[in-house]
Order: sequence, then C-alpha cells, then structure tokens
Amino acid sequence: MAIIEAHGIRKSYGSLLALHDVDLTVGEGEILALIGPSGSGKSTLLRVLDLIEPADEGRLSVFGIEVASERGSWLDLRRRMGMLFQRPIVFNASVYDNVAMGLRYRRASGEEIDRRVKEALEAVGLSRYIKSRATDLSGGEQQRVALSRVLVTDPEILFLDEPTANLDPTSTATIEEIVMRLNREAGMTVLISTHDLAQGQRLAHRVGVMIEGTIAQTGASSDVFRAPKDRRIARFVGVQNIIPGRVVSRTEGLTTVEAGGRQILSATPPPADEVEIVIRGEDVSLHRREPMHEEAENLFPAMVTRIEPAAPFVNVTISCGCDLVALVTARRGDALGLREGMGVWISLQAKAVHLIPLTGH
Amino acid sequence: MVNGNPIIEGFIEAIELIIALDPQVVEITIRSLYVSLTATFFAALIALPIGAFIYFYDFRGKHAVVSLLQTLYALPTVIVGLVMFLMLSNIGPFGFLRLLYTPGGMIVTQTVLIIPLLMGLTVSALSGIDRDKRYTITALGASRLQTIMTIISEARFAVMAGVLLGFGRAIAEVGSVMIVGGNIRGATRVLTTAITLNTSMANYSLSIALGIILLSVALGVNIALSLVQRR
Repeated sequence: MAIIEAHGIRKSYGSLLALHDVDLTVGEGEILALIGPSGSGKSTLLRVLDLIEPADEGRLSVFGIEVASERGSWLDLRRRMGMLFQRPIVFNASVYDNVAMGLRYRRASGEEIDRRVKEALEAVGLSRYIKSRATDLSGGEQQRVALSRVLVTDPEILFLDEPTANLDPTSTATIEEIVMRLNREAGMTVLISTHDLAQGQRLAHRVGVMIEGTIAQTGASSDVFRAPKDRRIARFVGVQNIIPGRVVSRTEGLTTVEAGGRQILSATPPPADEVEIVIRGEDVSLHRREPMHEEAENLFPAMVTRIEPAAPFVNVTISCGCDLVALVTARRGDALGLREGMGVWISLQAKAVHLIPLTGH
Repeated sequence: MVNGNPIIEGFIEAIELIIALDPQVVEITIRSLYVSLTATFFAALIALPIGAFIYFYDFRGKHAVVSLLQTLYALPTVIVGLVMFLMLSNIGPFGFLRLLYTPGGMIVTQTVLIIPLLMGLTVSALSGIDRDKRYTITALGASRLQTIMTIISEARFAVMAGVLLGFGRAIAEVGSVMIVGGNIRGATRVLTTAITLNTSMANYSLSIALGIILLSVALGVNIALSLVQRR
C-alpha cells in the first residue's frame, strides 16, 4: 500500500525553481533513497513530504489523506512522521531535554517521557551524557542525540536528509544500523536522501535519482547504475564512457551501433536513431592478445593512450576509433604490463552496452 | 612634584569619597540605578513582545520596520530629550502628568530612548535561530505556539544580552535626562549629569568619584554580557 503519493509537485523560492513535476510513490515499510547531486532538490522534496513546507502546486497524499484540502490536520500528520537533518541540530539545553522535546510537544506524561528518553539514549549509546549540555557534545554525538529525539516519537515515516554527510564512519555505521533495524523490525518507512551512491545502494530497496529539481529515474539501484535513462543520470552514477553513435541495424536481439567508424553490439533495443552509448569502465576487459574463447559479443584491437592510477584501480584510456575508458584493478594492470602506446584487445559484452537517445546537451 | 596637581588630588579625594560612602555620591548613584533599571524594565516589557511579534508575523513593510529600528539605535539622545521635553512640558499633550523635572519623566524618556534598541536586538536575537533549527522544531511536531515558545527559549541568552546593552545605553546617557530631568540636586541629579555639572564647576574630585562608579557599572554590565554570551 502506498503511504506517500505525490504527483506534479512544484515548489519555488522566489525566482528559484527548486522542484518541478515530481511524481513519487512510496510503499509502506519501504526504504527509498533519493540520490542526486547537491542542489538537485532532495532536501526540499523531503521537507514538502514531511509537511514542513507546502508545495506550490501538485497533489500529495500522506497516510492516504489528501493534504491540500486538510491544512488543519497537518500537525497531526506531521506528528506521525519524523525527520533527521544533515547538520546535527541540538538545542541549548541538556541532552535529556533535547530528546524529550517531541514527546513534550505531544503532551506525553512525565513518567512516559522519562522512560522513553532513557531507552532512546541507551539505544544510541549516549546514556552517560544524559545530563550534559547537548551543545558540548561532538558532531557525531549530537547527530545521535538528534536521531534519538526523532525516534522516541515512534514515527511511522522517517525522513533522513543526508544524515551522515558530516559524520565519522563509526557514527555513520551506528545510524545506518539503527535505521535498518527499525525498518526490519518495526516496519518503519524510510526516505533517505544522500549524494553517497554506496549508501543508497547499501540501505535502500529502491532508489530515485534527482536531477535539477525532479525525479529523473526510479528503480532498483542496479537498474539505475547499469541502465541510466539519460546522460545526466549516467554522469551522476559514475559512467565513464558516453559516446555518440548511430543505430545501423537490429537483429536477433542485438542492436548494431556505429561509433567512430567501429560497430558495437548492444543488447538494448534502439531508443532512437541517433543514440549515445553508455558503458561503465569496469565492464570493459583488456587482454594482451586476441582472446580465443571469449564469449563477449564485442571484441576488437585497440591502443592504450593514457594510464591514470585511481587506487585500488587504474583508469586506462584506449583508442579504437573512439576513446574508451576501462577500469581495471591495479594488480590486473601490472599483470598486463600496461604502458602507453601498447596494443591490446578489448572485450565487451553486449549486455554491458547501454543505449540512450542522443539529447541536445 | 605631584603636590598641588588638581587631577591627582581630585583622584585621591574621589577614592576617599567612595570609601567613606559620601551621602551625595550614594544618593546620586542610587537614583541613577533606580531610573535606568526601571526604564530598562519597562522598555523590555514593551519591546520584547513587540520585537517577537515583528519576528514571528509576516506583514507588509516588515523589512522597513526592522531597518527603521536599526536606524533608531543611533538616535541622538538630545533629540529624544527635546521631543520628550516638549511632550511633557505644560504646552505639550502630556503636560498634565506633571512629569517634567521628575525621576518619573526621566524614566519615561530613557524608556523611549532604548525601546528601539531592545526591539531591534530582540528581532535579531530571534533571527539568530537558524532555518534548520526552525525546521527541526516543526518536524518534531510543535504547534504554532510551541514553536514560538521553543524559539524564544532558545534565543533567551541573546535576548538577555540585548536587555543588558539597553541598560548600558540608558545609564551612560546624559543629553536627554539633562533636558527632561533638569539636573536638580537631590531630585533629578544622576551620575552623568552630576559629572557634567561638577566638571564645569572645577569640582573634579566629585566628578572623578562619580566617573569611577559609572565606569564600574559599565564594567559590571560588560562582565554580565560576556557571561551571558558564553552560554
């Protein structure tokens, strides 16, 4: 069942358009990661969904309630959700009073507050700081205070806005672990925004890529990584090779594309006549001589033009009519005896060659 | 060689006056503190809620109001004195209150003088609560009233610092209390006006004694301010 449904969300600040045409459905108990570059509108979208700020246009329903016609119920709806922000935010009061804030707003009894605050601080490993002034703690500790402040209110939907962007690995791991456990055990729905692709992959059941104020693609993280829908998404998910080409023919499930005078086979149905070929560097294999039993559909000789270390990998630029970047492990690079100007063979599976329509930019 | 130097002699005499708790020095100091503390109290009573209102409610011309307040920080005190004198004098609209040349009139004048400062500093103290903190309060499920209370409580030290600055300006001020109070001995003479008068009469020891006290009050305010700001 969908717990959040948004259609055509639009939001601007003065002349700055922050969100446009956002369509998003989030299922109950799902972890969805919004990934995208800084300034792509991830934080704004989370605030709109958490009913902190109203959208200018569009339809939004949360817990099955259309929010536009129910302004009076926003406070009640908001109290069923919680949000953790990128910058650790604590108030100038004790750790205890910080964590108790949400419960006090909900007029919980003193006893209940006491019990739940202590439990929550136990869970994030900060019991010993219960009486300390929250502003005296380190950034990582403050963020854990902020997390327990959200969690004591038992939110049904948890929004995390780049929650670990400024944190050390230990605090990051603690926070990720707590979030995963709450999702698994309590069925909490989680929306997390991050510019860390690996974090998105690690935590989320599904990712949405935000580019320039809208959700450009949603799907399993492997789909987004292997089959980005357009050039901007491809760039963001770290595709090294985006090469313009032209579709020549389509036979037996394989599309032939011509690029730089060379024909490349792709398993993607042609999206247009003029296309761009998207190839991840790690899918390009290098060989010293022509491989005899290679099953890859694409196999051709090429020349190494540039070698660039990117530990523990090496970026190898090879020329074969067009320039391709291959990502090989440093060890494999040594074994091949790579040097600039040497001839190599490259193999590339048709499945690893993704096609997108050629766009203006 | 120091013998006969009126400054050195005045300084020594001034210390004696303070240590001996000279009745005139004590009386002037107490009146000064009474007038300025009362004025600060009433100014805070008026300026803090209005400052909070200006911050929390959006209305047309809000920006202009805040700019105006900041301009009024530097309001020349003699102008305030002149306007208040005209208001409180027999020819003015509030002449019937008979406040001219009384401590009451001085309190009203100092209150008017520091209200813009307190209002402006309250607005900026509340504005010091950044956007992310306000989002956090909203996200935690605070109602409108709970939001306002949390923001005020979070800005409490900055607001207190503003009140202390207002008191500092009130007690150090000379022009308007001179005009409205009239510097009448035993009635409306305060630290600043007494220093002005005694200096012009070459009565340096009393001036220096009162100056030392005024400086100590200012120092005390500063110490309190830094304690508050360290929180």
